Amino acid sequence: MEETNSAKVYVAVKARFEPDGRLIPLSVTWEDGVEYPIDRVMERKRAASMKAGGTGFRYRIRIGSRETYLFLEEDKWFVERR
Amino acid sequence: MEGQGRIILHADMNSFYASVECLHQPELRAKPVAVGGDAEARHGIILAKNQLAKKYGVKTGEALWQARQKCPDLVIVHPHYDQYMRFSRLAREIYGEYTDRVEPFGLDECWLDVTGTESQRKGGEALAQELRRRIKAELGVTVSIGVSDNKIFAKLGSDYRKPDAVTVFSRREMGEKVWPLPVTDLLYVGPATGRKLRSYGVETIGQLALTPPEYLKSWFGKVGLMLHGFANGYDLTPVARAGEESPVKSVGNSMTTTRDLVSLEDISAVYWVLCESVAARLREGGFLCRTVQIGLRDFGLYSFERQLTLETPSCLASELHRAAMDLAAANWDERRPLRSIGVRGTELIPASSPWQLSLFQEEAGREKKERLERSVEELRRRFGKAVIGRAAARLHADLWSPDLEKTQVIHPIGLLKTPL
Ligand SMILES: [Mg+2]
Repeated sequence: MEETNSAKVYVAVKARFEPDGRLIPLSVTWEDGVEYPIDRVMERKRAASMKAGGTGFRYRIRIGSRETYLFLEEDKWFVERR
Repeated sequence: MEGQGRIILHADMNSFYASVECLHQPELRAKPVAVGGDAEARHGIILAKNQLAKKYGVKTGEALWQARQKCPDLVIVHPHYDQYMRFSRLAREIYGEYTDRVEPFGLDECWLDVTGTESQRKGGEALAQELRRRIKAELGVTVSIGVSDNKIFAKLGSDYRKPDAVTVFSRREMGEKVWPLPVTDLLYVGPATGRKLRSYGVETIGQLALTPPEYLKSWFGKVGLMLHGFANGYDLTPVARAGEESPVKSVGNSMTTTRDLVSLEDISAVYWVLCESVAARLREGGFLCRTVQIGLRDFGLYSFERQLTLETPSCLASELHRAAMDLAAANWDERRPLRSIGVRGTELIPASSPWQLSLFQEEAGREKKERLERSVEELRRRFGKAVIGRAAARLHADLWSPDLEKTQVIHPIGLLKTPL
């Protein structure tokens, strides 16, 4: 699907598969190339992103003191541009 | 009362194709948007539109230029069938958390029977509200849901208020809520049946419900009795269990021709041959198809598939042919000669179950056509394929060699597919 919208930012993610099949994102690399380690994954649920335009599994994550959403849509990760 | 106590929901994703497009392209949401067939093809048509486009009077099925005339700012986007399939699957996954009786009706609609399930305790309305909220939050599109004790009224309910709404049509309130609705709102009452009913003074569902069944029988045959039952909410047909649908998903046939197809007449001739074989196999299997899909490929890599939903499920070559030609006319760019074309009937339903016993628009005419098609098959079986054929197909017999017809491999149209 052509993504003409600029609110959807695809990002590189390092993640680990747990033995039970769960997928845990460990770090996010922003557009500017800076890699941010994820300190904590608070929640994972199926959700749509109206802002970015898409749907998938939404991870509520903490990076430092900041909370943000990270989406896994099929086989790609994205964040909502602020 | 029989069937009382069932809790049946009908969930319908609103402006489905357009909603999926608008979700993915936020900048479109405030604009009138339509999903259209190939804009390059001269006969592109509107496949779906959002609420705003609807306000301008844009209609599904009309030509792109007509729609643009009504609404100069209309944004026309290409369809993304892979996404529609994905959203269809995701919605069904959510429904499946509540019951294993989920019966899809096209990509965007499903019946759910939650009777006797864990979630029944919540009550039909509360459950429908929960589903409505979940679909919106998790998929980013909206559904309208009808709740009743039968499939017919549940479907009526999901049409009654939309988008993003729940309507309960209980039997107790049938007289006030359902009966005033126009009779053409009833599932399977098409324009022709509606006209005929009106000519007898039957305009509302209530009037239909109160018409003596013997009159209806004399006007429409057995179908009249079924209509009478539907109008009274006597519909006991079960919601199929997930995975209970037939293991055969589709019936299709395609042909690579001996010369390029350069005109709609060429295409039509080949489609007669293909549609007749597809119709014969549908009848053999006891199926009707609800959707007709075509695939067109030129001698290079260019190919595409298009599909449309039939007003009434069918196993008639003439109806498959009309649908295939509508799709071809709307989507084919005449500057691209074709080398291979196919047609497929999908979303198969059993022809025999009472629910599916379609309320044919011109019931008698259709039965006659079906008998005719069956006897043609019988003649061919006995005397060989050459014995009888459509004049249109005969005139273009240079398109395939007799050998080709004999060895014609039946394979799913999907093989034609390369990504657009
Ligand atoms: Mg719909």
